[in-house]
Amino acid sequence: MLSRVAESIYWMSRYLERAENIARYIDVHSNLTLDTPGMARNNWSALLRVTGEYREFTERYAEESPANIIRFLAFDPSYANSLVGSMNQARENARSIREVISPELWQQINSLYHMLRTDPPDPDRSSQDLYSFFNQVKLMGLSFGGIVNDTMAHTEGWQWFRAGRLIERADKTSRILDVKYFTLLPSSEDVGAPIDQIQWAGLLKSTSAQEVYRTRYGEISPRNIARFLILDRDFPRSILHCLNRADEAVRGVLGTYPNHFQNPAEQFLGQMCSELAYTTIDRIMETGLHEWVDTLQSNLNRVGLAIHEVYFSA
Amino acid sequence: MWVFARDAPASGPSFPSRRETMAYNDYDRGTFCDEMFDGQGAPWPWARPLQTCIDGLPEGELSKRQQAAERALFDMGITFNVYGNDEATEKIFPFDLIPRMIPSREWDRTEAGLKQRITALNLFIDDVYHDRKIVKDGVVPEEILESAEGYLPACRGIDPPLGVWCHITGTDLVRDDSGQFMVLEDNLRCPSGVSYVLANREQMKRTFPEVFAASRVRPVSDYPGNLLKTLHEVAPGNRRDHPLATLLTPGRYNSAYFEHSFLAQQMGAQLIEGRDLTVQNDVVYMKTTQGLERVDVVYRRINDDYLDPRVFRPESVLGVPGIFEAYRKGNVTLVNAPGTGVADDKVVYAYVSAMIKYYLGEDAILPNVETYLCWEEKARAHVLENLDTLVVKAANEAGGYGMLIGPHASKAERERFAELIRAKPRNYIAQPTLKLSRAPVIVGDRLEGRHVDLRPYILYGEEIRILPGGLTRVALKKDSLVVNSSQGGGSKDTWVTEWEGGVSC
Repeated sequence: MLSRVAESIYWMSRYLERAENIARYIDVHSNLTLDTPGMARNNWSALLRVTGEYREFTERYAEESPANIIRFLAFDPSYANSLVGSMNQARENARSIREVISPELWQQINSLYHMLRTDPPDPDRSSQDLYSFFNQVKLMGLSFGGIVNDTMAHTEGWQWFRAGRLIERADKTSRILDVKYFTLLPSSEDVGAPIDQIQWAGLLKSTSAQEVYRTRYGEISPRNIARFLILDRDFPRSILHCLNRADEAVRGVLGTYPNHFQNPAEQFLGQMCSELAYTTIDRIMETGLHEWVDTLQSNLNRVGLAIHEVYFSA
Repeated sequence: MWVFARDAPASGPSFPSRRETMAYNDYDRGTFCDEMFDGQGAPWPWARPLQTCIDGLPEGELSKRQQAAERALFDMGITFNVYGNDEATEKIFPFDLIPRMIPSREWDRTEAGLKQRITALNLFIDDVYHDRKIVKDGVVPEEILESAEGYLPACRGIDPPLGVWCHITGTDLVRDDSGQFMVLEDNLRCPSGVSYVLANREQMKRTFPEVFAASRVRPVSDYPGNLLKTLHEVAPGNRRDHPLATLLTPGRYNSAYFEHSFLAQQMGAQLIEGRDLTVQNDVVYMKTTQGLERVDVVYRRINDDYLDPRVFRPESVLGVPGIFEAYRKGNVTLVNAPGTGVADDKVVYAYVSAMIKYYLGEDAILPNVETYLCWEEKARAHVLENLDTLVVKAANEAGGYGMLIGPHASKAERERFAELIRAKPRNYIAQPTLKLSRAPVIVGDRLEGRHVDLRPYILYGEEIRILPGGLTRVALKKDSLVVNSSQGGGSKDTWVTEWEGGVSC
């Protein structure tokens, strides 16, 4: 496969996943604010920290109002990682490889792109519109994976799609976790209080994990939630699951055996998987969750750079 | 001769419902040859199934179907980029639902004419870059060749595989009020538009399935397969067993990018950009995630002068350094071959009938439009005196640019062109303003006549294969004669319908 094409699939996939996650954040937070009177504003500011680009917001907006935050995260085309910005980039990438992706995938990307441009709800108006809008974006986001799985040959292009999506998702799940722990928990006096329970439940919800978590652990506890979202092997948004599948996808490109590597990209990704496979939540907590997430994110960046070096810059 | 006779009476049963229908009871055929209606306002016999269908539609249904089709094209991203706007704007190529129909007998004759013409043009190009017999025999003046902008001295002596230079051609045909198809332009350099033919057809099959069966329309869906076959056939001789064919695009900001990716996808060929290729020891490779892979055929959708910065424009970043040398050595085939532009020159165009006679010993089946060459003194005087009735064209421009339509132009514009002609007579030709035929298009809930042309697509490999019909372009602006997509043109599906009966009604 052409290096340029592989790179475009990889980034298209990452941006699609990014867009979906933004819709998830907003969807869940709109929902949460209804349950946590008085906490609303604090909550919305936390959203900015998930994306890690708080400064970008303050450069553009004077007030941290919920409407401004939604406008920034979802509809601001000047912010490259906004929902609209991510979709623009996903579509630009898709446009450059239309001959490789299935017509159905292109059509769905196009539909979402046009929906965002022609019919965005007004963040200043009722949350009714917002809720159904972002829910629809989320569902369309979920459909990308299904379309790709069922319309593309499971060959190299498909592997790059998976790799991009899963690496992006591992990163996003770690950020969601980080924000909850780092921003809310230490500064909040509500630890263990009903409000806190609702917030933790919200975190599960934003990763579509609430039901699965409940069947596995029952009671909501921060430790179990962290354990679930980091170390669960089977849940599709948990970090270990994402990394294992990403490892599989990247190895799939060259047909490298499991637990082997032929280049630094495979090596770094394999190392990350092994480390996670043989650690425990208590070890992670000892390190400090925030520090651990920091390390994870720089390791993910290292993998991304290695992929670029090995495969995309022939 | 199979022509539409404008004033001939309609044959066959008349259709009483015709006068009552909303859609075209007030259709104004004007004084033009019409592609759907005869002189009496009745549909041509081969258009009757369509008319019956439209008659049967409830009120408002036609424009509803029109909108649905446009929506579908937009959702599928069948768009082109518009040059000259501040931001890259994507638009759908406006599409009109009413197909343009050509009866098969008339088409067969047209097809024979196109084959004849492309055969002669190809021999001409080969001759230009070799012995120039046609010059020595006094048929075409040498200075015309040397001064043609598309003439590339670097191509002298090159022998492309099978002797084929113009593998893909999109000849522009028009019909004037005599009803006769005439050749307007030959377009031997990467003609675009065929993807719209294929996309339009898909839409039409969904929109008018009933009429399709009744009209017995010749299919066009084998075009991508034929294109791939052609690319494989012209691969370098020693690589013909399993050649790797690619499509080279300038990238996604090019106005025809949709078409490039669409064709690559339909053929299952790699779509590449210049930066994906590298030339080593005069062999072309593409860069893949698993190393370099040899490329045998490049269907390039970039112009000659951007192809190779080492030979042509040094500043080109779209091209591939060294690809021309690889081509010259026969290690890769370029489609179309560089240098075909020499026969695309509008002055050279005037000599095509003579070429057909010279190389094939035949009379041209398809006539040219009468052409005044401004470099000839007598013709120039005539042109300058009659600018208000003529169409003036720059010899080397495409896409409807560099053109003056005398009857529609202001005095200032005409004077500007007069200056241009006097300054560089070699660069201009003039033709009479044709009364181009018209076809009905949907305007609101009515039909109105608009001028059309026709661009059939010709593939030239081991044999010549022609797509039945082609792209019908419509000047959507009322009374406009310019059909180019960059200038507000649209398109229609073109149906070659099996029709054994006479064509002249």
